[in-house]
Amino acid sequence: MDELYRDQILEHYKRPRHLGRLDDYDLEFEDSNPFCGDEQHVFLKLDDQGRVSEVSFEGQGCAISTAATSLLTDELEGMTREELLALPKEFVLDLLGIDISATRMKCAMLGLKVVKGASLGKPADWEDEGEQGDPAAAGIF
Amino acid sequence: MEPTATTAPTLPRSIEEIRGEFPILVRQIHGQPLAYLDNGATSQKPLAVIDSLDRYWREQNANVHRGVHTLSEEATALYEDARRVLAGRLGADRRELVFVRNATEALNLVAYSWGRSNLSAGDRVVVTEMEHHSNVVPWYQVTQEKGAHLDWAPITGEGRLDLDALASLLERGPKLVCVAHVSNVLGTINPVAEIARMAHEAGALLVVDGAQAGPKLELDMAELGADFYAITAHKMYGPTGIGALFGRRELLEEMPPFIGGGSMIRKVSKELITWADLPAKFEGGTPAIGEAIGFGAAVRWLEELGLPAVHAAEAELTAYALERIAEVPGLTVFGPPAGDDRGGIVSFAMEGVHAHDISEILDRHGIAVRAGHHCAQVLMQRLGVPSTTRASLAVYNTRDEVDQLIDGLLDVRRVFAL
Repeated sequence: MDELYRDQILEHYKRPRHLGRLDDYDLEFEDSNPFCGDEQHVFLKLDDQGRVSEVSFEGQGCAISTAATSLLTDELEGMTREELLALPKEFVLDLLGIDISATRMKCAMLGLKVVKGASLGKPADWEDEGEQGDPAAAGIF
Repeated sequence: MEPTATTAPTLPRSIEEIRGEFPILVRQIHGQPLAYLDNGATSQKPLAVIDSLDRYWREQNANVHRGVHTLSEEATALYEDARRVLAGRLGADRRELVFVRNATEALNLVAYSWGRSNLSAGDRVVVTEMEHHSNVVPWYQVTQEKGAHLDWAPITGEGRLDLDALASLLERGPKLVCVAHVSNVLGTINPVAEIARMAHEAGALLVVDGAQAGPKLELDMAELGADFYAITAHKMYGPTGIGALFGRRELLEEMPPFIGGGSMIRKVSKELITWADLPAKFEGGTPAIGEAIGFGAAVRWLEELGLPAVHAAEAELTAYALERIAEVPGLTVFGPPAGDDRGGIVSFAMEGVHAHDISEILDRHGIAVRAGHHCAQVLMQRLGVPSTTRASLAVYNTRDEVDQLIDGLLDVRRVFAL
């Protein structure tokens, strides 16, 4: 079995869940991974209590970003905007169930970034930025 | 250029000997031999270059700008010698060669110094659909600032510059034409001398992005006819952090400086500041001395191999690569077919698999390629793809590595069950 391109990943890549545009939506956002050309557009409909009732996404991207977003959209029903914003990167990584290297991390996190952008109404931060390095470890590889 | 002999020029050493000069090539990646096919991004460095850098930092380091002590004199001589070697390679006067950080900086220098003084509202600048962002963005910035226009010269279906369309754009009387010598995506080698002639006849100057041409082609500035030519060391077996701008002397003399500061002045007082002579006028601050010396070593190394032989060897390997890649089902390969106007850069898209995933799987086979838009988003839009995977050749690449790439691509299809 391939460690990265497992059957579940390929399945969600070839036949993503919640693919398409919602005709009627409350929140939407579009963002991209500038390094590789992954792009995604997420649409969310909220019910009267402000909880996600419907979700869909469109875009073009690699197997990791498409599968991550497909898996993520399966979990969003019933969440409030606050709950969406509180989702940590581990949420997506657990859904993927595979080791994601540093280079592919932005692929895995793009969907979450777009969902958070939709909740905020503006671009969200990448999950892996803003971390500081330790000078004592500099140049040691 | 017509060949004068029936046999192509050959390299003075075997590929095995050449490879032996590149220590990094013995690395294993995921237990596989490294097939480094990402030379369009950066080239590997031969011992001749590594040793010159090492020696400079160990034994010769001092600041340049004509200090009187021995070390400074030595460093200055080495630095200016590197400039002279590069001038020799380009057939230029040393005063026409400005050391900069890279080709991007060279192009920005022209936009800033020449563009801002010579472009006004309503003027036109021509770029092409195949340009790297470094030969688009500076022109976008300066035309926006001045209220001038950017025109886009289209490419043909085969990935060549549409010269008829360019001729039509030239009828609008642009002040500047900006073109890549070799496309970093398509591998197309543009007919710069012809384009220069067309531009000059129409009253325009020509600025050329030679980033990908440096390692591949003989470059005689007089023959090419470019008014400005940008070149970068790290793509031609030299270090990062150093490149050069060739500018015709009359143009550079008239242009205001780019980076102001130490070394680029003649006299400074509270009342008046005057500029240094060429090329110092454009070299403010302490330069990348070691890197410039490494650049010189790289130019020497390439000259010793001989650019005609380097070009011929690459053309042969490119033809082999294009022939073999046609065997892989579901691939679209971009750029012209194998021939004189096609360098060793091969970009392709695979139906059903994103470039990023292709690169990931190829990496497992020890193969280094690049995935994405290659800083050419307009070209991607023109090709109708979000991204491509790109394999780019250097003088140390082999047929075995091309075979390794093909096997890797077939494995991609297997993993994705295509």
